[in-house]
Amino acid sequence: MLSRVANNLYWMSRHIERAENTARLLDVTYRMSLLPYRILEPGQSWAEPWALPLVINGLATAYYERYPGPLSAENVLRYMVLDATNTSSIYSCIQSARENARTARGAITSEMYEDINAFWLELRDRDFDGLQARGVSGFFDWVKTRSHQFRGVTFGTSLRDEGYSFIRLGTFIERADNTARLLDVKYHTLLPSVTDVGGAVDYYQWSALLRSVSAFDAYRKVYRDVLTPMRVAELLVLRDDVPRSLHACMNEIYDILRDICEPSSREAERLAGEIHAHLHYGRTEQIISLGLHEYLMSFIEKLDALNGEINRHFLVPEYVTAPEPGRAGMTQASR
Amino acid sequence: MNKSALEPESAPPRSQIYNEMHDVDGSVRPHYERYAAWLTDKPLEYMLQKQREADTLYTRLGITFAVYGDGGGVERSIPFDIIPRILRPDAWKTICDGTRQRVRALNAFLRDVYHAQEIIKAGRVPAEPILNNNLYRREMCGFDVPGDVYIHIAGIDIVQTDRDRFYVLEDNLRTPSGVSYMLENRRMMMRLVPELFARMAVAPVDHYPDVLLDNLRAVAPPGIMNPAVTVLTPGPYNSAYFEHAFLAQQMGVELVEGQDLFVANDVVYMRTTRGPQRVDVIYRRIDDDFLDPVAFRPDSVLGVPGLFSAYRTGSVTLANAIGTGVADDKSIYTYVPEMIRFYLGENPILSNVPTYRLGIPDDLQYTLEHLHELVVKEVQGSGGYGMLVGPAATLQEIAAYRERIVANPASFIAQPTLALSTCPTFCGSGIAPRHVDLRPYVLSGRSVTLVPGGLTRVALREGSLVVNSSQGGGTKDTWVLEE
Repeated sequence: MLSRVANNLYWMSRHIERAENTARLLDVTYRMSLLPYRILEPGQSWAEPWALPLVINGLATAYYERYPGPLSAENVLRYMVLDATNTSSIYSCIQSARENARTARGAITSEMYEDINAFWLELRDRDFDGLQARGVSGFFDWVKTRSHQFRGVTFGTSLRDEGYSFIRLGTFIERADNTARLLDVKYHTLLPSVTDVGGAVDYYQWSALLRSVSAFDAYRKVYRDVLTPMRVAELLVLRDDVPRSLHACMNEIYDILRDICEPSSREAERLAGEIHAHLHYGRTEQIISLGLHEYLMSFIEKLDALNGEINRHFLVPEYVTAPEPGRAGMTQASR
Repeated sequence: MNKSALEPESAPPRSQIYNEMHDVDGSVRPHYERYAAWLTDKPLEYMLQKQREADTLYTRLGITFAVYGDGGGVERSIPFDIIPRILRPDAWKTICDGTRQRVRALNAFLRDVYHAQEIIKAGRVPAEPILNNNLYRREMCGFDVPGDVYIHIAGIDIVQTDRDRFYVLEDNLRTPSGVSYMLENRRMMMRLVPELFARMAVAPVDHYPDVLLDNLRAVAPPGIMNPAVTVLTPGPYNSAYFEHAFLAQQMGVELVEGQDLFVANDVVYMRTTRGPQRVDVIYRRIDDDFLDPVAFRPDSVLGVPGLFSAYRTGSVTLANAIGTGVADDKSIYTYVPEMIRFYLGENPILSNVPTYRLGIPDDLQYTLEHLHELVVKEVQGSGGYGMLVGPAATLQEIAAYRERIVANPASFIAQPTLALSTCPTFCGSGIAPRHVDLRPYVLSGRSVTLVPGGLTRVALREGSLVVNSSQGGGTKDTWVLEE
């Protein structure tokens, strides 16, 4: 398939996944902020849950340029939801996803295009005041539902071809990156050392983190016990039966790359295999001895390197010469 | 879609206008009877609801054309009218035979003017407007295109002025657009009023992409068993991008932009996730000038460097061929009946609109005396730009245009204002007659064929003869009844 088209499919699903993740995070942050107690000590970084969406997306500086003064929930929402100047806002992500879909329109089913186009048209007509009036949680649920729906339409209508592989690749790379960053920032601010034991209030923080990745019920089912930071980390890093965990994402990524890689692009497959093996054979104790932050940083770096390999081999290749003899043979075989 | 079909702004007297559904005494013509019977018990609210449904679907399906300016990102839907335009089987046969005949002659003409130029030598067509035409591509001289096919896709604009009188307004032989609307309009009608298709024998058009692909594969360079076909688009900001993507998807071939292709050793490849892959046939929706910055306009960023050189070696086929523009120039249009007689030895089935060539002194004099009732066009203009619509123009506009004509008469033609037929059209408050034209699509390659249908464009404003989408024109589904 055309590299440019593959690139658009990859980014179409990354953008949608990113919008969904942002909606999830903003939603739990919002729910947290509604809790009736105020026992957080002012001045502590984690007393500012609204900073989290900005920190994760690397947008703190850009945000303060746009909204100088003290951080406010409303401004963060404005910035992250419908602000067209913020390329990571839900608005911009869906706009980009729809533009990717439009450009790659020949490579997706008409149901998929219809779905993402309707998503964009409905989102475009929203305004922030109306959104607040009707309740932001309803809006976040809607974004999640639309994202689920698009994934479902994709799953239900797509030919299982290369294009489908790149769509899924985009989803899982974005998801893995998001889970890793979320866990890192939250852990870092909550527990400077992974063996620290948090206070009673932390229960809400941890449950919020789990809820933001739809893993709260999973935790209950798997551990049938109280929330502990260690288990949260284990659940979101090492368990492969939790769909948004790093391990689950890498299972998918590794599978897809094993499927689409050829001799010349084996480095992408090898790298994915290496990251996958770390998770597959990893143990919680190792993570603790290395330090969760260090562990996650290393994961994010490797994932980034993998993204680079995927770009180099599949999505934005640079060559202007005739194919090598071996390649030409491959091409001619199909003629 | 921006090609203007019908220019005259002010309508001729009502009595002269042919209404395709109703006879002058108000009775329903036979081929509309079943439709009329269905329509008769439909309340206004029902029609309004169907119209709203159609509008919503078109927006949601993203069937849009881009409007230039405004940062290049504005997309609009072309208004769709829910009342179909119905054609009798015998009327379609005339259109079908007539357009096929025309395309065969035009194709023979193109082959001739890039080879022996027999028609010029025979004195049937003057050399000057052809050889000095800037759409004439000297680079194509002596080059044999695969299967001798130049015009793989033609859009012939036709108007009807009476029960059996059809005129060809123009031949679009470069990159005619609009066929996606023919297909989507049919899908829309089947979604909106499926019961009508059960009652009436409407000839299907859905196989158009298959026929197109079959024809494109038939003109692949010789010796290639399973040719790779692509659609080349200028990109998402082109006004017809939806159509390019639609056709590529329907044919199951890659939609490529210039940047996706490269030429090495005179062979065209596309950049794919599995390395370079050879391309054999390119259905290009980019004008000649922009195809190859090495051969043509060096500032083109849409094209593929070296494409023309590869084309000349025969390693890749372009559809349509390069240089077809010389045959759809408005000054050449007047010679098409002559081409039909010369190359095919037949009489033209479809008429040309009487056309005054202002390079001829008598024609010029007549035109200058009748500017207020004529339509005057630049011979190389298209899209309705740079023309004078006499009946709708002010005295100052006519005076200014007169000066332009006098300065260079040979670059203008003039035509009378035609009494275009009308079709019933839904106008929100009821149904009223509106003027229409028709663009059927003629495909060549394996053979010269049409699918039974075309794009009907309708001037939605009362009395307007302008069906152009940029000037309030809409589209209708076109139903050719089977015998």
